[in-house]
Amino acid sequence: MNTKKVREDDYLKRREHLKNLTDQELKERFWQLADEAVKPLVDLAYKNTSPAIERSVLLRMGFSSIEAKDLVEKVINHGLISKGAGHVVYRLSQLENLTIREAGLMLLNDKGFEKVKKSFEVTKHE
Amino acid sequence: MNKNQKLDVLEILKDLDKYEPRRRGWTWREPVNDLEMAGNFYKDASKPLKNSTPLPAAKYFGNIDPQPIQVITSEIASGRFEDDIRRMRMAAWHGADHLMVIRTAGQSHFDGLIEGTPQGVGGVPITRKQVRAQRKALDIIEDEVGRPINYHSYVSGVAGPDIAVMFAEEGVNGAHQDPQYNILYRNINMVRSFVDAAESKKIMAWADILQIDGAHNANATAMVAWKVMPELMVQHAINSLFSEKVGIKKDNIALSTVPPTAAPAPDLKINLPYAKALRDFFSDYKMRAQMNTKYMESSTREATVTHVLNMMISKLTSADIQSTITPDEGRNVPWHMYNVEACDTAKQALIGMDGLLEMVELKEAGYLPEKVRELKERAILFFEELLASGGYFQAVEDGFFIDSGIYPERNYDGISRKINGGIGANTVYERDEDYFAPVTAHFGYNNIKQYGLNENESPSKLINGSTFEDRSKIQYIDELDEEDNVNVRLEGTKKYLSSNIIKPEVEWAGDGVLVIDVTLPTSIRYAEAAALEIAKHMNLLDAEVIHREVLQDAEATRIQVKGRLDIEIDLTKLTLPKEPDLLSDTEIREFIAENPMTIIAGTVGEDEHSVGLREIIDIKHGGIEKYGINCIYLGTSVPITKLVDAAIEANADAILMSTIISHDDVHYKNMKKTHEYAVEKGVRDKLIIIAGGTQVTPEIAEKNGVDGGFGRGTKGHHVASFLVKKRIEMNDN
Repeated sequence: MNTKKVREDDYLKRREHLKNLTDQELKERFWQLADEAVKPLVDLAYKNTSPAIERSVLLRMGFSSIEAKDLVEKVINHGLISKGAGHVVYRLSQLENLTIREAGLMLLNDKGFEKVKKSFEVTKHE
Repeated sequence: MNKNQKLDVLEILKDLDKYEPRRRGWTWREPVNDLEMAGNFYKDASKPLKNSTPLPAAKYFGNIDPQPIQVITSEIASGRFEDDIRRMRMAAWHGADHLMVIRTAGQSHFDGLIEGTPQGVGGVPITRKQVRAQRKALDIIEDEVGRPINYHSYVSGVAGPDIAVMFAEEGVNGAHQDPQYNILYRNINMVRSFVDAAESKKIMAWADILQIDGAHNANATAMVAWKVMPELMVQHAINSLFSEKVGIKKDNIALSTVPPTAAPAPDLKINLPYAKALRDFFSDYKMRAQMNTKYMESSTREATVTHVLNMMISKLTSADIQSTITPDEGRNVPWHMYNVEACDTAKQALIGMDGLLEMVELKEAGYLPEKVRELKERAILFFEELLASGGYFQAVEDGFFIDSGIYPERNYDGISRKINGGIGANTVYERDEDYFAPVTAHFGYNNIKQYGLNENESPSKLINGSTFEDRSKIQYIDELDEEDNVNVRLEGTKKYLSSNIIKPEVEWAGDGVLVIDVTLPTSIRYAEAAALEIAKHMNLLDAEVIHREVLQDAEATRIQVKGRLDIEIDLTKLTLPKEPDLLSDTEIREFIAENPMTIIAGTVGEDEHSVGLREIIDIKHGGIEKYGINCIYLGTSVPITKLVDAAIEANADAILMSTIISHDDVHYKNMKKTHEYAVEKGVRDKLIIIAGGTQVTPEIAEKNGVDGGFGRGTKGHHVASFLVKKRIEMNDN
């Protein structure tokens, strides 16, 4: 339970700096603040990925939902998700001269990960 | 598609692996300036439908069915998508063009796509096969009604991007997407939710899917619903601006707005300033007006009034999409007829308020603008403190949201989530410098240069196109569960879909459910028990009280009971009463003009009721006078002999005798007497004798010697048509 006391409605006191703004200025201020709040969230999304995002990439590359789920788990276990799960598949297809599906199915059979890791110069195994 | 033919659900389920959606993206209604329909002019209407079911009163207006400009939503998800398909057709015929499918409980926490067609709880498991089947059905239905239908579900939970891809591939047109919904109401980790949301939104942008946010849930969750107004504006802003920044065009960003309170609170005084404040701040985006469900209980009447009051606000603030929460949602998963009722309510109210803003305008001084200003300032103050606290995530952790105080008042009872907590915590990974994804519509950092592509080239070029360019690459999964799938369910229900065997139905083929509505002259507890006892005598199984309404504590209680009736009706064994074969108004008028007709009318026996007969005769009720038939009305309690004698004296063509109150079949005895007296007077073969009344069964009346009997619901048109036909028949002989 939160033990903080209730904060009374001090709207009239807090609004002092807003009360002389025109409606248009008020609207601009609202969106300015929204922009400040949202920007870090967009940056966060720009720099990061997640299992769902990687599954969605694999779906678009022509894998089924079941294959995509397994593949992403394997990619995470091999410490390769920061490269992109689709990237791992693509890289193997390049290294082995395979189609995308062939490369993905090979990885699903736990084959090819070491080769991909070597090409990415990834040594860690999580 | 023939309107008298059922949709063939089995046919729709065939060859789904080969189905391709015919289009992508959202469709708005087509406005028609100054639409004219049967002499009525509409300001805010859209292109009429090719086929539809008009409002009941339309029969007085040439059966017109004007369609409002707002897209009308109907939420359909009974747990069995195959039965929902038929309901979608019903809703579309009543004016819905945005069909929203609620997801089954728990899908938000399912880490990946669900496949096949398992049965849902409180919604439908959204799967590729289910989406394909419904989109395919909607293609047929939209051709039939003559207006594109938007298909809609949810892109949320821990598999948002997966679902977004599937929706983009399958031609889904609208979707809810709002990471704040995940965080606040599904306890999914906030970092994961925003990272996923960016990808989902980017995919939705590619597919031109209209996005609706999830802020309305705050209202349903909050302890004091109307006090969350300032915070709701902040939630709307965060999702809208985030969406825009990741690439959704403004026209495809819609707010899910909800009037936060309902009567007996002063509805408009609270809800209208809020709607106006939203419109002002969010003028670049679309508004999808949800209705208030917070206070919705089992009274469908009360829910309907709330809906209508909410639509006045929609009209005053020009909402773009009008939702229709089914009025039975407070008591059960919505039933067929309530989806239809809600669509009709929306159509009736919005068309009824056509042109409202041409006649009234919102005041620019006084209570309304002052309240609007206050709400806007409170929302800004909320944003200021959110930023001062360290930003959105910190504010959520500090319990800023869904606090029961009206900000800046705070009661510190909001929903608090940990930045590193919740489902899917610690599942976000920073992309390396050489991170790469070879697909279209991927958001964020993507090192395509390492493979020799420049910024303007699609990464999917490297794999000769992703599924977005080449749909033959999509892997279609039919079923995964041998027991829980549509084929197994249809084994049990298909006889109700394609044969002459029917059962009562509210949501699923063959469910057998019906409702009895009974008023009992006792107190609520006795009334409930008595109603269940009545249900037992009626052989209703699983009887359950779904609504109770005190008329007066001691005098009476109204109870609605639902139950299952386990009987089947074979349509081939039914005998249908003859349908009246009617002449048109013009045909009748022309005949009467050339062959003038006089009739003698009166109510017979000890009967002082004359209303029914007057309606058949009087021109102002659309009675037979309007065709030029000369009517001699003798009044009430007319002796039979007087009817016949007057007919002889006036050289009348027909007698219209009315018999409303009956006991001991006296009305039929009177018909027989009239017939016999006319025979005795030697005029029977020249005289048409017609008997009418609420207790009259035509077949029995004819057996008692009259030429025609007319029961409940008879109109002047029926009688005039009969008179003319009979006259022609007699002339021919």
